[in-house]
Amino acid sequence: MGSPDVIASGLQEIRRAKLRPSATMAFKNVAHLFRIALAFAIGFAIFLVVRELLVPKSFGRYGHYRGDALNEIASRPISYAGHEVCETCHADVLDVKKRGRHARVACESCHGPLANHAQDPASVVPAKLDTAVLCVRCHEANHSKPMDFPQVHSADHSAGLPCNTCHQPHTPRIEAEAKKK
Amino acid sequence: MSMTRRQLLILLPAAAVAWEHVLAGTPENAPNYKTTEHWWGMLLDITKCIGCGSCVRACQLENHVPDGYFRTWVERYVVRDWGFEHVHVDSPDGGKNGFPNLGNEGKSFFVPKLCNHCADSPCTQVCPVGATFVSPDGVVLVDPKYCLGCRYCVQACPYGCRFINPGTNTAEKCSLCYHRITKDLTTACCEACPTGARQLADLKNPADPVHEFLKTHSVQVLKPHLATGAKAFYNGLDGSVR
Repeated sequence: MGSPDVIASGLQEIRRAKLRPSATMAFKNVAHLFRIALAFAIGFAIFLVVRELLVPKSFGRYGHYRGDALNEIASRPISYAGHEVCETCHADVLDVKKRGRHARVACESCHGPLANHAQDPASVVPAKLDTAVLCVRCHEANHSKPMDFPQVHSADHSAGLPCNTCHQPHTPRIEAEAKKK
Repeated sequence: MSMTRRQLLILLPAAAVAWEHVLAGTPENAPNYKTTEHWWGMLLDITKCIGCGSCVRACQLENHVPDGYFRTWVERYVVRDWGFEHVHVDSPDGGKNGFPNLGNEGKSFFVPKLCNHCADSPCTQVCPVGATFVSPDGVVLVDPKYCLGCRYCVQACPYGCRFINPGTNTAEKCSLCYHRITKDLTTACCEACPTGARQLADLKNPADPVHEFLKTHSVQVLKPHLATGAKAFYNGLDGSVR
């Protein structure tokens, strides 16, 4: 139990607190929020500017990637010219080849990539091929190869002689044997 | 403008389709090649593959793939008796120089492998920067200027088709010779394959013989249970192949 004086001063205290203008409080809060909003807006604007500067123009043209990458990848240089290009000049070889069993083997499958030769036939001359190395890549006997694929045990078959001693690579079947069958 | 709830609900799907169209963007204006007219894949005939390694050599020469790394490679499977779970698989130097003879035991065949150019590819989903993507014509490509070399995609590919190029430290993979197929040429591996075991396939071109082949053969993709939308179709695929 307090004295009446204490109670009176307590009541005064309460009254003063109630009388404190609440409008000032509200204004203070709004100012605070406004500063945060302003800081956020400036930050977002900076983000937009930086993003505009850093992200390539073509990003997002087709999807979530740089659209220009498509053309960059498509414009890389080629090494293999393609057999249609070979056939424009070497029609004589094509005439021989299409009669034989290698008709569907593309030129560069054996001769290697020759786009440079197609571009500049005079100065880029294809290397001569060694049939002893070349033919066995495909035709050396191996259990894993399809049964119907022509295979030989090269050591027994040719006794070390290069294949083109008997076979012509463009028409590999030996004519005399072909006639017998 | 007033609109009933019913009208709004009818309009929503149309708006969604329109938004898809906006997101997809407009196709590029290349003079002869239109990305929207193609959807690329490959047909691989295991019954024709002789394991000569021509495709592997051609790929390395065409795309300057560093030694010991492969955008395409050939695996040899040996299955003894019914041992589907205990197959012998080897690929010496990616099959680049052919395969030594192992003897005549068991069933054996070659499986050429490359990127499956998945329509829903796991590798593009994990790229954090948009450096790898499925092009509008269905080829999974890497943008080397954007790649960070984080290796996320290398881990994500269920077919093991990606590697980090030690020279550039960026992810690399089969591009399906995008620089060739956009010029009306076939890929280097298909050009070099002597038996026609590999054939580039344009699934949007009705004149492509692939459609007739797919209709008349039992064809399978690798790991179909992963639903990656793989577009490397294998003819004569044995159940032991992983």
